Amino acid sequence: MSAPQDIFDADTGNRSWWERLRAFRQDKPHLFLLLIMVVIPLFLMPSSTWAVLTLSGLAMGAMLFLMASGMTLTFGLMNVLNLAHGSFISLGAFAGATVLTMWLNDYTSGSLWVNLLAVIPALLFALVVAGLLGVLFERLVIRPVYGDHLKQILVTVGGSIIVMELLQVIWGSNEIPVPRPEALRGALLISDAIPIIGGIALEKYRLLAVILGLGVYALMLWVIDRTRLGILIRAGVENREMVEVHGYRIRLLFLAVFVAGSALAGIGGAMWAMYREIITAHMGEELMISVIVVIILGGLGSVRGCFYGAVLVGLINLYVGYLEPRLAAVATVGLMVAVLMWRPQGLIPVIKV
Amino acid sequence: MSEPILSLRDVYADIDQYHILHGVDLDVPAGELTVLLGRNGAGKSTTLRTIMGLTTLTKGQVRFQGRDIGGTATPAIARGGIAFVPENMGIFGQLTVRENMVLAAVSGAMDEQRLDWIFEVFPPLKKFWNRAAGNLSGGQKQMLAIARAVIEPRDLLLVDEPTKGLAPAIINDLADAFEQLKQQQVSILLVEQNFNFSRRLGQSVAVMSDGHIVHRGTMAELAGDEDLQHELLGLGLGAHQ
Repeated sequence: MSAPQDIFDADTGNRSWWERLRAFRQDKPHLFLLLIMVVIPLFLMPSSTWAVLTLSGLAMGAMLFLMASGMTLTFGLMNVLNLAHGSFISLGAFAGATVLTMWLNDYTSGSLWVNLLAVIPALLFALVVAGLLGVLFERLVIRPVYGDHLKQILVTVGGSIIVMELLQVIWGSNEIPVPRPEALRGALLISDAIPIIGGIALEKYRLLAVILGLGVYALMLWVIDRTRLGILIRAGVENREMVEVHGYRIRLLFLAVFVAGSALAGIGGAMWAMYREIITAHMGEELMISVIVVIILGGLGSVRGCFYGAVLVGLINLYVGYLEPRLAAVATVGLMVAVLMWRPQGLIPVIKV
Repeated sequence: MSEPILSLRDVYADIDQYHILHGVDLDVPAGELTVLLGRNGAGKSTTLRTIMGLTTLTKGQVRFQGRDIGGTATPAIARGGIAFVPENMGIFGQLTVRENMVLAAVSGAMDEQRLDWIFEVFPPLKKFWNRAAGNLSGGQKQMLAIARAVIEPRDLLLVDEPTKGLAPAIINDLADAFEQLKQQQVSILLVEQNFNFSRRLGQSVAVMSDGHIVHRGTMAELAGDEDLQHELLGLGLGAHQ
């Protein structure tokens, strides 16, 4: 973790550790909270349990990030509250599961490559289908209600119900089991020689989720920080009118971001389907609570905030679920309440004009 | 007066239920700096915003280079060659100075020679190139706002009160920058309250009151006629510093 180091380097060196900690808490609230979140459970449980829960929490966080990032960008850029985001998650799950089932019926091999060959098209299909629904949705549902939050809430909830009912029409109303590819079952055993995490088993699928989540996060940060498109998105979040004054059509930009966000929700849904190994049309609706907590926690409109929010929600879910299972659901919302009391604007707020 | 690059005929515009512009007739001569004067609330900013398509034109005609641009979307107007610096400057504070400029160079890469010229006119921009624009001082923000408007050659600049809230020394720097733009034959429509600044730069002048134009002429004529200033602006030169 290099970020706190930067702060310390900037100091003259004669501040006490307490002052440094306070400065750290002030400047990097997301890292501060993450550090507390990860360190405290270490004292409450065996270290091997802690390591497994931490990986699982990170995996859940990574999937939540995929599902939530599109919604936070949509809100940040165009001030649109899309409560139908959950239906994109459900659609992605069904689309991915369909491809996966078809593929695995033909190949029962346990080879990693054959399995990945099934997972990748499943994720891509989920991405494309959810993205296409995004195009349609923006046109039909969102476009008439720009600038009016109340209408957005009503219309997107309505749209969400329609999509979920359509899912039931197409795939039926029963729960559908999702086969997880053979090579992604089971766990990797860590050698006993390594301290703390030695001897534990890391589930392969969770590792994949973490890697994919980090990959998407890195890609998004690269686009947002380094490319012209990213500059436009950040400028649009700050001041839409001035983006238009410079000759850019913000509606096109928004459509692109909306579709990308929907597609990511689709991938997140497909990942979640393989994680849970069972799906229903209403899974997206159920996940929306966590998604909304994540984006509020992180600061509406902030991709970085969304990532840290998702990781924090994932971790607290797993830790509390282990320590006191009945409190797991409360802990998520409790975390949000605590953060909002400390920082009402969220962990990494986006400043608007 | 040369052929107008921009002309407004009988322009009406509303903001919510308020009628702000009632029949504005205005010509901006090509290659000249025209100053639009008037008291607060006369409709100067709304006139600029209407030209830019940001406020909806309810009646009348806006012609730019012979084409009717009334009702055209803002991005298309911008790409047609009009740059707009609003009163609040519209800086993207979370972006760096460089990113602000990258965004303004719509066609892609920034022209090195033009950038060098901008750095020469506004040295602070070079110094704070990779800093967040939100941390610049008011004067530096104004420099950035104008630099963004001229990073690519434009046919017409609309600038709303660039001197507002700035220290006299900085206003002087800005005036120098506008002098250079004038030498490059850029057509400029400048809204101003600072009469000394306007008098130094303006070639033609229009005065607005209550949503329409009440006087048109050359700046020299208005600057030399204190009675007219009193009548139009309610203030003489001495008082209006």
